Amino acid sequence: MSGIQTLEPETKWGRFQNWVDDRLPIFTFMRHSLEEYPTPKNLSYWWNFGSLAGVCLVVMMLSGIFLAMYYTPHSQHAFESVDRIMRDVNHGWLLRYIHMNGASMFFIVVYLHMFRGLYYGSYKSPRELLWILGVVILLLMMATAFMGYVLPWGQMSFWGATVITKLVASFFPGLENGILQLLWGDFSVSNATLNRFFSLHYLLPFVIVGVVILHLVALHKHGSNNPLGIDLKNPKEKIPFHPYYTIKDFFGLGVFFLVFLSIVFYAPEFFNEPDNYIPANPMVTPPHIVPEWYFLPFYAIVRSIPWRWGGIFLMFASILILFVLPWLDRSKVRSGTFRPIFKISFWIFLANCCVLGYMGALPTDGHTFGLPNILISQIATFYYFFHFLGVLPLLAKYEKTLPLPTSLGTPALGAKNV
Amino acid sequence: MLMKREIDPTEKIQETKRDFLYLTTAAMGAVAAGAAIWPFIDSMNPAADVLALSTTEIDISQIAVGQAITAMWRGSPVFIRRRTEEEIKIARAVDIKTLPDPEKDEDRTKKDKDEWLVLVGVCTHLGCVPGNKASDSKGDFGGWLCPCHGSHYDTSGRIRKGPAPHNLAIPPYQFTNEKTLLIG
Repeated sequence: MSGIQTLEPETKWGRFQNWVDDRLPIFTFMRHSLEEYPTPKNLSYWWNFGSLAGVCLVVMMLSGIFLAMYYTPHSQHAFESVDRIMRDVNHGWLLRYIHMNGASMFFIVVYLHMFRGLYYGSYKSPRELLWILGVVILLLMMATAFMGYVLPWGQMSFWGATVITKLVASFFPGLENGILQLLWGDFSVSNATLNRFFSLHYLLPFVIVGVVILHLVALHKHGSNNPLGIDLKNPKEKIPFHPYYTIKDFFGLGVFFLVFLSIVFYAPEFFNEPDNYIPANPMVTPPHIVPEWYFLPFYAIVRSIPWRWGGIFLMFASILILFVLPWLDRSKVRSGTFRPIFKISFWIFLANCCVLGYMGALPTDGHTFGLPNILISQIATFYYFFHFLGVLPLLAKYEKTLPLPTSLGTPALGAKNV
Repeated sequence: MLMKREIDPTEKIQETKRDFLYLTTAAMGAVAAGAAIWPFIDSMNPAADVLALSTTEIDISQIAVGQAITAMWRGSPVFIRRRTEEEIKIARAVDIKTLPDPEKDEDRTKKDKDEWLVLVGVCTHLGCVPGNKASDSKGDFGGWLCPCHGSHYDTSGRIRKGPAPHNLAIPPYQFTNEKTLLIG
């Protein structure tokens, strides 16, 4: 495969490629990183979610660019312009439903991608920076999604913007009012706020593209981790990305679009709050404010702490702690397959995140299974941090891991999950 | 698998089959890509509310003979001129073979409505609006003069002198009753 280019090309296209390549090595780059790129031969379908996230980003940017051709970022016109997109613009309903549900799909894909990394220890040496860049992407995504949700200027948009900006400002006690006015450009969430959110909502995806490129550069330095989590020393344990993983990624893409478009066409409002179809009204707050589902676990954390500053601190910390994860879990063994206790703790952690998400959607003064929601939220918040600060460091020290296979060809006894 | 193929006598058939699979896959991919791209491209076309505004009704009962008004249709000016007998006569007397864009005045008006001339008021040169007010110059031929590059139009809105290549366009219109003109 690598020998082809050294021969004198027979076709005009081949000679043209060589001419360009000699001046701008774009074809060499594409061949190295998309075609020949050596990839572990044992990757499972859990490794599909990286490329799927990339596809989500492209889908979101494309649908967003076309929506922006009709959207009006003005507090008097925004709601109506969205309504017009839904009713009058050719295929506007499709563009908007793709963009709206695409945001949810993007988070589903990215969360699965992250949990994959958590289970198989993909954040461990030498991939710490790869992981950190991923967390940066997550933060940028959250900011972008939040500001995008404000743009339709419905009731949830307006009150979401109010609550989140107040939350950010109250992180700085004593400076709250100054910071709020700085964020709002006014004395309340207003037209100025809407305008800057639109500007940033359009900008940030391009920043994400930049960080994604860095993420890929970092990935290609050492290549993908794999389900066994072992370093592959023998080149025969790797196969070229094309056609083996292009075809696998395309298959996954087909399944993904089947799910995504089923929602777009048959349940387009599944993830949406009906209150957002009421135009923003600064005089009336909707009775039950909840953020989009992908923020619910963090929302549960902030609500569980009766001390406001503490809740906000923990909410930010719950994401920022991911930055130092590679140094909290110092176990030499990457894959959960060979870590019997870690494996259990992983599933408990995942379930705990779901509990937090569920609690985030419920009113704080209610009860679930006879327990007050606030207490459940507090326990789950405690466990979230205990997993990172207690379980992982202790396991790294005391867990007895299973023997690792030396290569993909000779799996160790007991490793069924290959 | 590979070893077997090297000695496979049916290799030619195999390749034909593979070519067929490649081609059908590529064709299906192209159709899918086209179907996916179309809604995005089509969204840039005029929206339903824009199309709904593509007709304009104008009350013409107040226009005196010799007077012209400017109406708006699809975001562009439309000149509605109630011509004098004299102006109609001049417009019909011209030998159309001498015109840059030969067209009979009879073809530019509705039958039995000779006095009404309805034109899209956009110069066919580069899109400026010729003067249509009573005080504006009517050019060398008693019609319109475009201020941008000096195109002269006659009393039938035909180009007579200057850089414009075509006569002023006639929008689709009809007289819905004695008083009302419907453009579009």
